[in-house]
Amino acid sequence: MEIFKYKKPLELMSKSKRFGLVSLTLLILSLGLIFTKGFNYGIDFAGGTLIQVKYEGKAPIQKVRDAIDTDKSYEGATVTFFGGDDEVVIKTKMSSKKLGEDVGDKVRALLKTTGDFEVRRVDMVGAKVGSELREQGIMSMLLAILGILIYVSFRFEWRFAVASVLALVHDVTIAMGMIVLFGIEVNLDILAALLTILGYSLNDTIIVFDRIREGINTIKNPDLGSIIDESVTRTLSRTTLTSLTTFFVVLTLFLFGGEIIHGFSFTLLVGVIVGTYSSIFVASPILMWLGFSVSDYRLKEAEKLKREKEKEKMRAMYENGTI
Amino acid sequence: MYQKRLTLVKTLNFRVILFAFALIFGVVFSIPSLTQSEQGKKITLGLDLQGGLHMLLGIKSEIAIESRIKSMAASVKYIFDDEEIIFDDLRMVDGEKITFELLDKDDVIKTTALLKKELEGTVLSENGLKFSLAMTDEEMVRTKQNAIQQAVDTIRNRLNEFGLAEPTVAKQGEDKILVEVPGIKTQEDEQRIRELIARAAHLQLMSVDEDRAARVSTMSADEAKSFGDVILQDVNTPEKYLLRAIPVLDGSMLTDAKVGFDENNQPVINFTLNGQGAKIFGDFTALATEGGKHDRMAIVLDNQVMSAPQINERIGGGHVQVSGRFELSEAHDLAIALRSGALLAPVYVMEKRSVGPSLGADSIRSSSLALILGFVLVIIFMFIYYGMAGAIANVALIGNLFLILAIMSLFGATLTLPGMAGIVLTVGMAVDANVIINERIRELLHEGKSVAKSIEDGYSNAFTAIWDANVTTLIAATVLYAYGTGAIKGFALTMSIGILASMLTAIVGTHGIYQWLLPKIDKKKLGFWFGIKAEGAK
Repeated sequence: MEIFKYKKPLELMSKSKRFGLVSLTLLILSLGLIFTKGFNYGIDFAGGTLIQVKYEGKAPIQKVRDAIDTDKSYEGATVTFFGGDDEVVIKTKMSSKKLGEDVGDKVRALLKTTGDFEVRRVDMVGAKVGSELREQGIMSMLLAILGILIYVSFRFEWRFAVASVLALVHDVTIAMGMIVLFGIEVNLDILAALLTILGYSLNDTIIVFDRIREGINTIKNPDLGSIIDESVTRTLSRTTLTSLTTFFVVLTLFLFGGEIIHGFSFTLLVGVIVGTYSSIFVASPILMWLGFSVSDYRLKEAEKLKREKEKEKMRAMYENGTI
Repeated sequence: MYQKRLTLVKTLNFRVILFAFALIFGVVFSIPSLTQSEQGKKITLGLDLQGGLHMLLGIKSEIAIESRIKSMAASVKYIFDDEEIIFDDLRMVDGEKITFELLDKDDVIKTTALLKKELEGTVLSENGLKFSLAMTDEEMVRTKQNAIQQAVDTIRNRLNEFGLAEPTVAKQGEDKILVEVPGIKTQEDEQRIRELIARAAHLQLMSVDEDRAARVSTMSADEAKSFGDVILQDVNTPEKYLLRAIPVLDGSMLTDAKVGFDENNQPVINFTLNGQGAKIFGDFTALATEGGKHDRMAIVLDNQVMSAPQINERIGGGHVQVSGRFELSEAHDLAIALRSGALLAPVYVMEKRSVGPSLGADSIRSSSLALILGFVLVIIFMFIYYGMAGAIANVALIGNLFLILAIMSLFGATLTLPGMAGIVLTVGMAVDANVIINERIRELLHEGKSVAKSIEDGYSNAFTAIWDANVTTLIAATVLYAYGTGAIKGFALTMSIGILASMLTAIVGTHGIYQWLLPKIDKKKLGFWFGIKAEGAK
């Protein structure tokens, strides 16, 4: 079976301004959401306690709310269904430092009259740990980007590195915008998902860039736009197929993976879509806008080659004993 | 037929043999994990999958300093009494230092020499006959570090004695302790474990200040302090006791603690003191009964008075009994805590996650379902789209999955829920390498190259792209592993192993299979082998 059969290059770069506009709009909207509505931090980052309770049959959510409200110290606690209608999650800002005094035990006592239930999970994170985790999260994101920047500069050229990192920032920002838009709770797993998007989107971009690098060395016409068009079209089949398989896998995770990894798989789902879009339509035009020149690159490569050859020659001469 | 088999033997190459070995290795070493057999190394399930308690504890190390000062004070008093040095006004100031005054000028030189010899890591400053004794800065740092290490060891001992399967207790960072206890069945067990860990188990024998004991009900804490006393409460009743602040001796001189029963068949704890402790205890009880007195001695545990019996005679041998109207399970846990030693500094909870066993089982079920479903979908898709080339990629994918399991089993790695997600994702990404390769091969076939040339060039053309893409993803995964905590680490780990394994299976393995099968690939059947129409092929 073949869906994408190469006939002639798609004219993408001539329309790059339009894609740029779409991306810019999405970026601004996402940033707007992040700064106005803000993240819905879960207990991992904000501190607090989460208690997951499963009932025999339908959970009496109103009774649970009333029971929790009888204790003043739980003011502001939220009770919501989790997954099906037999489970509820209670979230409170409270946390207890004492080992003997457990928020979970107290809630269990409060709920005593609400029916037959089992407490399945109690997560408690102190406020200090929460802020430490947040700092660590931001730090890891920045470090990953820095590492990638260095590697890509080394393997390609600095403009490729900047373009791929800008595409990454584009993807992660839009994914964060969607997280805010859908009110997904931000916990450690979302951080992991964002870092995975980082890796995935990069993967996609690198493969397109690899083809462009190859095109620069093999295609005679030194016009960057047409080289990009040709390379992107050549990799279109692969980009779409891989995105589809990854999308399928993440979709099954989203649909069947259970409530606990819902936020994680949702973020990945967004990431796969945005990552695919950006590697085709965003990363390559940035290369053009950064003023990458094919002939300069070829000149440099030729010089590098010459230097290496000379070195080789010298070594050969040295080994032959002529020097 | 014979001829054909011979050609397949001829085309056996190192790549396909390497892949076969990897596959056998993968299957053999993942069997113990898959069958959950007793023997062999296998993957440990994370607490989120098997249920259990995860805690990050902080430690109040300043309390360790304070109690160190306290025991220094007790030593000073003991030394002075022993050497018959007359002193006055021995007290602790702000939990930082000890001050005292000598009455005889002739004792000064002897005292300085004695304290220097007996108490290491202290600085003594004098002002006439007034002295103050404090810890050196290095000693403070050492005491704090010691408190953390001691807490780690103590908690580990307590959990081991409690009889739990494989608890983990480890120092994390500079001043945190990670405690992981898998397989807790009930809420009551969890609570007992938490209390066992939290128990300071700080045992002190203190003398009752009999001169002022009658006034205890009206005395304020500050007033008591001015006499060098403290007011402590009984563990069961509202009764208060006025006690000398500097204890006679503490739990560090204890050698054993056991549960026993008293004459009323109530659980009690019998403990034994070491030689020094027994001597101090004997001297003290002799003094308390001197001249027909019947002074009381309070047995204090974690700043609560367990009992305050009257002393009727000198007690030698160092055997002491504590009764406190315990439940049997309470006495049992307390004896463990006393045996494994006191915590030099109290611990507090910074983070706690507990997962019930039923939730863990649910998580395993749903994520396995997602994993299998995603896997099957990818395999079907690859076969439909690429024909035999897809099937070859699928063999590599299965090999990859087994390799991940085998490597994790060999390292005894922990599989968490995000780790499962990492494997699912690796399946999606590992197949990418084969998509890239197959697309390259198709491209070359369309250009009219021969099958052998298309395969060889296809691999070499695809290699840089796959390499660079994998390395960059590995960079991200490594950072995640280094900076992540707990569950996130699991995700990064499975992904890294998956990427490395896919280099072997998806690149080397499939290449070997193509080279091996080459004599069988019919260039007229490109539809069957590569899923394309044979139009351009020669």
